[in-house]
Amino acid sequence: MVMTTHEEKMRTIRFKVDNTPHIIVDGEKCRTCAVRTCITVCPANLFVPLDDGSVLFNYENCVECGACYFVCAQEGAIQWSYPRGGFGVTFRES
Amino acid sequence: MTASTDSEHFDVIVVGAGPAGSAAALITARAGLKVLLIERGEYPGAKNVSGAVFYGSAILNELIPGWWEQAPVERHVCRRELVLMSPSTAVSLDFRSAAPGYAEPPYNGFTILRPKFDRWFAQQAEAAGAFLLTSTVVDDLLYEDDQVVGVKVRREDGEIRGNIVIACDGANSWLARKAGMQRQLHTHELSLGVKEVIGLDEAVIRERFQLTGDEGVALEYVGAVTETVHGGAFLYTNRNSLSLGILGQLSSLAQEKKRPYDLLESFKAHPAVAPLVRGGTLREYSAHLIPEAGWSMIPNYLYSDGMMVAGDAAAFCLATGIYIEGINYAIQSGLAAGTTAIEACRRQEFSRYVLFKYMEFLHQRNVLTDFRAYRHAPKFVNGERLQNLYPELAARTSEALFQVDGSRKKKLLPLYWQTLRQVGAKPRHVLQDAFHVARSYLW
Repeated sequence: MVMTTHEEKMRTIRFKVDNTPHIIVDGEKCRTCAVRTCITVCPANLFVPLDDGSVLFNYENCVECGACYFVCAQEGAIQWSYPRGGFGVTFRES
Repeated sequence: MTASTDSEHFDVIVVGAGPAGSAAALITARAGLKVLLIERGEYPGAKNVSGAVFYGSAILNELIPGWWEQAPVERHVCRRELVLMSPSTAVSLDFRSAAPGYAEPPYNGFTILRPKFDRWFAQQAEAAGAFLLTSTVVDDLLYEDDQVVGVKVRREDGEIRGNIVIACDGANSWLARKAGMQRQLHTHELSLGVKEVIGLDEAVIRERFQLTGDEGVALEYVGAVTETVHGGAFLYTNRNSLSLGILGQLSSLAQEKKRPYDLLESFKAHPAVAPLVRGGTLREYSAHLIPEAGWSMIPNYLYSDGMMVAGDAAAFCLATGIYIEGINYAIQSGLAAGTTAIEACRRQEFSRYVLFKYMEFLHQRNVLTDFRAYRHAPKFVNGERLQNLYPELAARTSEALFQVDGSRKKKLLPLYWQTLRQVGAKPRHVLQDAFHVARSYLW
């Protein structure tokens, strides 16, 4: 299949998930964020808006591109680092 | 690698085993220096994503003669196509050549898959005597009196000392920022690329793209291909797969609230692209940031006491529309940093007063020269009119030009004038842009 859903795309990537998150999002800070760009920019679709206005983040399927770090408009909402060595995304073909 | 590296002292510590890092490690190891190459991925290339076409085979040929015969390359690129897109139409400039520079070794460029290529390149550095330490993240630099004297890795007793640190840690360079060499980057300077490798039978690829043997093609697209987002798209042929993806300027993606993977799907569904990818199977999806602003985002300081920055970490990525190159500049800058390190080690002096030679070697290898020459181009390429208006103009003019419906044929100037008004382009702007193109590309 050439046309694929986002879930199908994500299933092709290999991850070695660490038990501690490398990116921590303070979802409370996102409540007052007017743009919340992370939600649409993240190529892995890991930022989930919740009904109460905060944002939930799943680090497990992060492709470590850094887009959220650069687009974040709320000072201190995203603590960004790389996963421990050998963990995180492992590309095989790209 | 063994844990014994922790207590050792190195001449050179290279952070990041991409093309810049491996080139720096290779050349310094060959000079007999004690070199450590640190990579955070499970293997070199595990975290790396490019289109990818590696142009500048000749550069690597000087370092490793006949490199393409032993390296995992896909196809040599003898055909390039620049395509302007409207939602329904594509107008292109198709270049293909059997001239010696394109059809004969060392060839002009190769399509590659980074996890495979980077792994091979790091192995060459290892074979030359560099120590490769994988699965290791560098979190910080070690300082003594403002002089960089090593790195702090995220491991127990994770201090590794060395005379010189070469940061080749990519577009989102933690080290360049920590060292105060790179400022915080703006979202209009970075593009997000999302990409797919799509498996397709080798014979189908040859026939579909009119290729013989190991010939390959690089197609690049601009216009409605990324809807209203400023960016572009690419499609490259590998041996038995296609690499295709879209690039979106981060600020523009954010403003338009478009999801990058949705743009990727509409790219594949475009009437000019769909027949090219038909029957393929998705093998891997990936994403990466690209420093695209060129000259204006190159750090003011590329060297400091005990440290140099190379590759994407130094924003050595040339995106001018005509040229979309980075791996060649990564290798060139890695070699320039390596040559500087060799000289510094010979003199046993590692201050900025010795490492300033890096600038000279970067000029000699035409890295800074190229970026300076094309310094106006990235802004023009990412401008609203080139991104959306002109591709539409080219498409509509061609549509009107080639359509035969019995009405009177207009000559070219009135035809052009008519479509200019249809798409809402102001002649004044066209003239301004013509000047901009001239200043960016002609002299």
